[in-house]
Amino acid sequence: MQGLLVEYLPIVVFLVIAAAMGAGFMIAAGVFAPSSPDKEKVSAYECGFNAFDDARMKFDVKFYLVSILFIIFDLEVAFLFPWAITLDQGSLFAFWSMMAFLGVLTVGFIYEWKKGALEWE
Amino acid sequence: MGGLIEDFGPVWGFWAGVGQILLIMIYLLLSLAFLLLFDRKVWAAVQLRKGPNVVGPFGLLQSFADFLKFVLKEIVIPAGANKTVFILAPLLTFTLAFASWAVIPFANGVVIADLNVGILYLFAISSLGVYGIIMGGWASNSKYPFLGGLRSAAQMVSYEVSIGFILITVLLLVGSLNITQIVENQRAGVWAWHAFAWPTIFIMFPMFVMFFISALAETNRPPFDLPEAESELVAGYQVEYSSTPYLLFMIGEYLNITLMCAMLNILFLGGWHLPWGPVDNPVLGFIVFAVKMWAMFFMFAMVKAFVPRYRYDQLMRLGWKIFLPTSLVAVAIAAGYVTYVGRPVIGG
Repeated sequence: MQGLLVEYLPIVVFLVIAAAMGAGFMIAAGVFAPSSPDKEKVSAYECGFNAFDDARMKFDVKFYLVSILFIIFDLEVAFLFPWAITLDQGSLFAFWSMMAFLGVLTVGFIYEWKKGALEWE
Repeated sequence: MGGLIEDFGPVWGFWAGVGQILLIMIYLLLSLAFLLLFDRKVWAAVQLRKGPNVVGPFGLLQSFADFLKFVLKEIVIPAGANKTVFILAPLLTFTLAFASWAVIPFANGVVIADLNVGILYLFAISSLGVYGIIMGGWASNSKYPFLGGLRSAAQMVSYEVSIGFILITVLLLVGSLNITQIVENQRAGVWAWHAFAWPTIFIMFPMFVMFFISALAETNRPPFDLPEAESELVAGYQVEYSSTPYLLFMIGEYLNITLMCAMLNILFLGGWHLPWGPVDNPVLGFIVFAVKMWAMFFMFAMVKAFVPRYRYDQLMRLGWKIFLPTSLVAVAIAAGYVTYVGRPVIGG
């Protein structure tokens, strides 16, 4: 347990230093740069006219679908990691059970393809 | 750092480790400064321009001048923005882009944290990168950043799946998640590099090309720079950012690009080993690794210079309908090979 913690300690230190450096850059600009906000400057960017209604509008449901599909396939990849590094022990059962799992997912993938979830107009 | 703590005790070992980390970070930031210039120079050369050539000899100091300029510019925070998230987004992007470098070995033994699950760690951290972008796009409360953030998130997420499958094919051949071991597996020379090793070249070389293209999409580089498509979305999720918050986004983006170069190098091109034989000297290994990374970055820069931008539907079709099925089949073939023939012994 101690060894494990020591192994990850440099990563924590790395994260802290990186965050401190980033914050340092921002503070530097806050200190050295001029600051004179006015109404036009801090208004939302638009090309030529004043921004109208809220920017957080409705968006295409496709983006939501893509993120759901991503979760399914990313989980699948997570399952494959431990399987991939122990496969050389020659177990046919390990190979074929994972192929069955991938087969089921492929059926799902074909279904969503046929349903048009992957079509962008 | 563990070794240092054993050698010098908890206090001095810890600070020696911190010193190492600072050295690596300074090295990264300095090489980034010159990579940015290199990118612009290559782009200029393709278009028969000179590129930046005023600051310092051949414009070598251009990036440092740019940095000073960024620090001296006003930070504009839009009135409608969600201020905390708006400030946190670039910071998160920057920190996460650095975090992945903690497990990358620059040469034999030159690594901050030699995790035995290094690849898994890299995969996890690079997945988190999308948060910085979606936070920035949402918090700006402006139309272009919002659309840019959505597009960017969908794009990164789509290509991450095929990157995951490509990683699996490499892991099947190596049998370890440790990054140093993946490189050591290719130590014999160019015929042992995963991209070219016989007989797996038939799956691994296409995987190498696909990883390169997915890396372009994952880092929002041209020809897949749709989130920033200047003519449609101005600059995507970065529209409302100025001064150092913008700089942090940019550094994060370029760190991710160089990380992808390093990963191509580690997974397929033999890391710090020379084409004609293994390298065990850390200094030589460090140089070889850097040269290979610059070569990869040169390819990224060239693609930017002469490939026209994709359309969004083409991008999604390429990711989901071509790369995903292809890499899935490649995983199945590689797994079948490892099960029935055995793991190819290509290490020296």
